[in-house]
Amino acid sequence: MSDRVSAPRVNLMEVCGTHTMSIAKSGIKQLLPEGVRLISGPGCPVCVTSQGDIDAMLELSSEKDVIITTYGDMIRVPGSVRGDSLRRRKSEGADVRVVYSPADAVRIAREHPEKQTVFLGVGFETTAPGTAAAVKIASEAGVGNFTIYTALKRVEPALRALIGSEGFNVQGFLCPGHVAVITGEAGFRFLADEFGIPAVISGFEPEDIVRSIGMLLAQIRSGEARLENQYTRAVRPDGNPLALAMTEQFFETASCEWRGMGTVEDSAYVLRPEYSGFDAAKRFGVSPKKGLLPKGCLCGEVIQGRLDPALCPMFGKACSPEDPLGPCMVSSEGACAAAYKYGSFPPEKGVN
Amino acid sequence: MQEIITLDYGSGGKKTSSLIEEIILPLMGNDILDELGDAAVLSGAEKLVFSTDSFVVSPYFFPGGNIGKLSVCGTVNDVCMQGGDPRYLSLSLIIEEGLPMEDLKEIARSIADTAKAAGVRIVTGDTKVVERGHGDGLYINTAGIGTLKSPWLSKRGIRPGDRVIVSGTVGDHGAAVMLARNEDLLTGELLSDCAPLREPALALSALGEDLRIMRDPTRGGVATTLCEFAEGSSFSIRLDETAIPVAPQVASACDILGLDPLYCANEGKLLAVVAKERADEALGILRRFPVSENAAVIGEVRDEYPGKVLVRTRIGGSRIVAKLAGAQLPRIC
Repeated sequence: MSDRVSAPRVNLMEVCGTHTMSIAKSGIKQLLPEGVRLISGPGCPVCVTSQGDIDAMLELSSEKDVIITTYGDMIRVPGSVRGDSLRRRKSEGADVRVVYSPADAVRIAREHPEKQTVFLGVGFETTAPGTAAAVKIASEAGVGNFTIYTALKRVEPALRALIGSEGFNVQGFLCPGHVAVITGEAGFRFLADEFGIPAVISGFEPEDIVRSIGMLLAQIRSGEARLENQYTRAVRPDGNPLALAMTEQFFETASCEWRGMGTVEDSAYVLRPEYSGFDAAKRFGVSPKKGLLPKGCLCGEVIQGRLDPALCPMFGKACSPEDPLGPCMVSSEGACAAAYKYGSFPPEKGVN
Repeated sequence: MQEIITLDYGSGGKKTSSLIEEIILPLMGNDILDELGDAAVLSGAEKLVFSTDSFVVSPYFFPGGNIGKLSVCGTVNDVCMQGGDPRYLSLSLIIEEGLPMEDLKEIARSIADTAKAAGVRIVTGDTKVVERGHGDGLYINTAGIGTLKSPWLSKRGIRPGDRVIVSGTVGDHGAAVMLARNEDLLTGELLSDCAPLREPALALSALGEDLRIMRDPTRGGVATTLCEFAEGSSFSIRLDETAIPVAPQVASACDILGLDPLYCANEGKLLAVVAKERADEALGILRRFPVSENAAVIGEVRDEYPGKVLVRTRIGGSRIVAKLAGAQLPRIC
């Protein structure tokens, strides 16, 4: 990168866990021009899930004759009681299965009519359509023993909340390519149009990200604020209307709690009343408890980009992938997991 | 009706004998095993290399191999990596009631064929049958004995400047098994690399002490093995991301499944650290054998950042390669 941005310091935020991992894995931070800093925002779906939701999911896994189906990311996420996780509950006899798609969960439900199969619906706009499709399949085929625990979230309200929060100090957004595949460019225009913050929708290869950072810096240098799309090979202006319609058919929006960010209006996808029969929380009478956070866990700060993972006093000491305090350390897209796995090492420079 | 294994086959009586006499001996018999004694009597006065391994892979048939082939390769390769010439194997079968007899026969044939290809004889063994629900079809334990050919191999011999060589594409076995478990998700031409490494390993020992160490990067993959080399040492290992051979199918499958080929198991690959001046010669030796024809230098030993493994990425950044915490898990998106 030949761009040189002179002081003051420029903070760029990526809001996608896959970007976080790709940045760490390819060592992009060491190649940035002086004064440019990349910060991870609330882009890891597991990490932003409230502790109350996590505990409710753990509670569900111990219900009699319940099969929990989940993406692998959730397996090691710690409960508020130290040592508790789906993995731990599985060792103790809970039936927890990793699936790649919510449709697999419906298949499992059909194979086990004598049991209840619950799918843990965690994710953003990207996973909502697939989750909706699973409800559609189950609904049409009359699969009565299938439910989902919804903790699906929308990126836009969270970004608005973040921008409006005290001490917000980000000069450019690297927007999540996967979410934009669904929402289209339209889903991120508000960043520049309403808040005057430069934004670039980026792909996930290291070359994509480097290019996108270059585009952001060019905007900042020229004093512009636009939404640009670097990931044109996958993201269309209007996104994926089919997927959006699928989500719209089965879900409506509601407020929900984000880890560390509190309640954010309109930021959750919840099942529409006509499909509430598929709502695991209702069927089993569980609800997210008011979050009893693991003592000392600062994931909430990390998620909002206020704390660099390596600077968390717990990082690598009281909190490690083997014995985590919070989700950021164990999610495959967590900022702490990235920093732990790929190192903030060597510090600030490349190895030649 | 399909013939299956029942608890009777584990009774120690007639049915057990029939398993041994009708399946094991015709396929694997030799003058030592044929004795059917309580133990094998072996001859030799050399230093020995001894290793054991248990195999619980699920599913027990996977593209490119099965649990039987794996159980021979795994132990044979461990003996080879320690500088041994593998000679004898023990074979213990723990069979779950209900295993189709035809599956057992096919696996036994693989064991016999692979043992032959690897130059080892099966000289003692055992069979047990466990109740349905108490196993995953079939578990196998093998132990192997070899004569020591390269006594100097040790990570203590590794020096800054040395080159790190891998004998072929990485992550094939792990990716193939993961795919076999999710056949409704993805299909493709992805085969386990499961193979005995006796030939290339013995040939490499011609380098003498310029061959510092060999290891087969099975569970945990290349990354974990290299971390073990570097851990507690006074050197670091730096890999060149662009030099690491990864089959395109494996790269794509890993990308979709959220896995990293560097951490995926290999069952027919070796890692060798050799003196810089002999690296080309080592590559020449490895490329003579089909099992290691895609050998490549993937990194070097350096004296900075002791104890660490680093990768120089294709865009010129670097990152740490750390040991895996727990199993690799598929991700959300």
